[in-house]
Amino acid sequence: MHRLTFDGLQTRPGQVWGGVRLVPLVRDEPISSLRLHPNGFPDNDPFGGYEPRCCYAPHGLTAEWTDDGTAVPALGTALRMPAKTVRKSGRPKTKLERRTRVRFVPHQTALEAFLPLTFQVPTIAWREWSTRVFRRGLPRSEEPQYIGYDVEGLADALRIFEIHPGQCGVLVYIADALASAVVTPHPDDYRALHPTLVEDGFGELIWRYTHLYEDVPDFRVRLHESSIDTVADLRTTIRVAQREWTDFHEDAMAGGLLDAEYVFTGDYQMNQYTLRRFRPHFVPGRETHVGEAISDDNGRLAYLRTFRLSETQSRRGRLLRTLSDYDWNVEAAAASMGIAAPALVARVDAAGYGGLLRQDVLDHYRAMNSRFGT
Amino acid sequence: MELTADRTAAEDVLLFVNAAIASTGQGEFHSDADAQQWSMEFLHEYMLVNYRDLYAATLTLGVNDRNAAAIIMRLLQSGRDANQNQRVVEGRLITKALAELPTHRVYHLFTALRKARVNNRRTRAIMREWLVARPDPAFEAVKYRSAFLGAIRHAHMKVEDLPGEELDAFLFGRHAAGRFETPQFETWRRAHFDRRAVFELPYTVAEGFAAKHRITRAEFLEKIAPQLTRGERLRLQRSAARVGAIGVAADVADLSRMSLTRLAAYALALPVEELEQRRVELTDALRAAALRVAGLRAGTWGRVAAVLDDSYSASGSSEKRRRPLVVALAAHFLLQELAADYSPLWLSGDVDPLMARARGVTALGERILDGLEKRPDALVVVSDGWDNAPVGMAAEVLRVWEDRLDPEGKTAVAHLNPVFDAAGLQARRLAPTTPTIGIRDAEDLPELVEFARFATARTGIAELRAHIDSRVERWLTEEIPCTA
Repeated sequence: MHRLTFDGLQTRPGQVWGGVRLVPLVRDEPISSLRLHPNGFPDNDPFGGYEPRCCYAPHGLTAEWTDDGTAVPALGTALRMPAKTVRKSGRPKTKLERRTRVRFVPHQTALEAFLPLTFQVPTIAWREWSTRVFRRGLPRSEEPQYIGYDVEGLADALRIFEIHPGQCGVLVYIADALASAVVTPHPDDYRALHPTLVEDGFGELIWRYTHLYEDVPDFRVRLHESSIDTVADLRTTIRVAQREWTDFHEDAMAGGLLDAEYVFTGDYQMNQYTLRRFRPHFVPGRETHVGEAISDDNGRLAYLRTFRLSETQSRRGRLLRTLSDYDWNVEAAAASMGIAAPALVARVDAAGYGGLLRQDVLDHYRAMNSRFGT
Repeated sequence: MELTADRTAAEDVLLFVNAAIASTGQGEFHSDADAQQWSMEFLHEYMLVNYRDLYAATLTLGVNDRNAAAIIMRLLQSGRDANQNQRVVEGRLITKALAELPTHRVYHLFTALRKARVNNRRTRAIMREWLVARPDPAFEAVKYRSAFLGAIRHAHMKVEDLPGEELDAFLFGRHAAGRFETPQFETWRRAHFDRRAVFELPYTVAEGFAAKHRITRAEFLEKIAPQLTRGERLRLQRSAARVGAIGVAADVADLSRMSLTRLAAYALALPVEELEQRRVELTDALRAAALRVAGLRAGTWGRVAAVLDDSYSASGSSEKRRRPLVVALAAHFLLQELAADYSPLWLSGDVDPLMARARGVTALGERILDGLEKRPDALVVVSDGWDNAPVGMAAEVLRVWEDRLDPEGKTAVAHLNPVFDAAGLQARRLAPTTPTIGIRDAEDLPELVEFARFATARTGIAELRAHIDSRVERWLTEEIPCTA
């Protein structure tokens, strides 16, 4: 698996509000043996199945699956985790019968996991790198993040968006740049998650686009009337027009997401489903999306959430990838990029990873750069 | 060149009429209240400056009460710009319109005139004329006390000119007056210190006194019940049940006297279980109300198909809850009575109109084609016009249908739009050749569909002016309903 596909998902006409275009994805048949919930706790549970004060629940999603393929009940009707996990619980131990669940890290936090954590820290102690790298790993990236409320027009666009029957996903375009894609296993899950999309994080690039660009145009249908003589002809033409949009969308608009090859890491097996994180190959000049996906054995996408990296982030990713490819050997990595070692170090420094190098080495390269120019 | 100007004028007038029928200055699904008010204000100003006589004449075209009041306000404000003839017609139109407006709207208007310091001779005369003709000034003096007082002062009236005793003492010197002879005034006086008197006052007045006497909400509602008007009773039922005033809550709404649109709104607001239990009763009531509206026209429309919008955007706003859906439901029952052979097409594909819920997309194109395929005599579309799956499909289907499949125009298509689009400054159109009319209450549907022939882009101003003039003529000669 090197690419993402929308198999089993159909694109429906997008809805535009200002600079935001939301393109719905409709599933042919919903997946019922894997379900997602906004969080583990229903708002008004009369039985208080799992007292929220006993534990800490970050704002993340919960995926729940059965290993024998039976349907997962919608949240609120299901038995919750075994009461035994709650300390001193007087309740009898609930029988979970082959049902399990996993909690995702909140979206805001997950982004940090997508990028630096996927790269190996150096295994060979080259003299250039400070000991901190080996002790602490890569530092957190301090990228500014913008939640959906900050993205102008997104909250309104989501509010007025009309959910299709059977809709299981959406692609969010800001100024016609793909900002994120969300796919859920079941239409009910999507309906429950739709309002939470505004709490997702977006990169600086997307936030900037909302200010730079004005309204995006509607794709208006155009039927060619010359060949239409009966109602059946008209219906055929309508169908053709709809297919045209679907093709155009998958080829042109979502091309940046679907055509690119990805590196899949971090497999987590949930019976027939596999959770994977993916990152792009950081080809210069192309869209870069990172995210996580759950797919079943047949490669059918059950869950997807992507995040578009800004140019700075993808530059940093490219740098990390090159370094880890060459086992953090500065000379070799610089040679592979066709630049000199001081220039590479300058880039590492500019990317905010200067602290990874030993201070004296860094000073040395800085001095070289300032003396000879880069 | 003249032709273009003509057409523009006709378009402007129609655009304004549509907007003035549909928009109430409240928030809609796609735009908030501020945007609606701003847009309407602009349209009013534009019409007043460019087509003053037509602007006044729109009072006859069934614009809603809020906009009727706004029109009157603007006309009175700018009397200086009108010539003698215009002034005469305007005066008669305003008098007639004021007589038809609900009482509280008129007092609101008078208060607004006072605040805007509009106090020309014509305004005073019109106010005086209206106030003198009131059938029960004592009641209104109690119910609208401050507005009534303000209006009398603003119109430079002598209280003695009004029918009714003791008004002078009630309004201007109650502390010196002692006991009143007029029972309404006396009740009001007693209500200041006597709890029992509170419950003999009109509901809105009694509410204030109830707070003063610290009467609990449940007790208040229980005891004020006989004084409630029908609208108030309906409005309070849900909240009465919450606070435990059984008397009001258990009082089953008198469905037979409710208007069609009100009834549809009532039905759609009920919880699903109750709706299921009272299905037969509600359906009968809706049918009866529709039949009352249809009157002699029942069954005369031939074969009719209706495309009714129950997409998510029909849920309206928190201010106009489900309004577009309500209009669609009411239109459904009305068309059922008007048509000889009727086929409803809800966008969601539902067949049970009473259970209509606003969700899903607006895929108008294919649904319109479903309707047209049956080749009815008339196709009525009730929708807010946000055709989004895909955008513009309805327009294309209608265009191709007219060009290729029905060039003789045997099927008349009319689009009724219950929503004013503030950003586009118009009630959104489906297609340029299809007439689009704003609609507020489904009861006006037959007149609006008749008016629809003017609402295509092909009408000139002369034709429209002739229609409006005849309308004005007819309206003014109609007898003013005797309210006394």
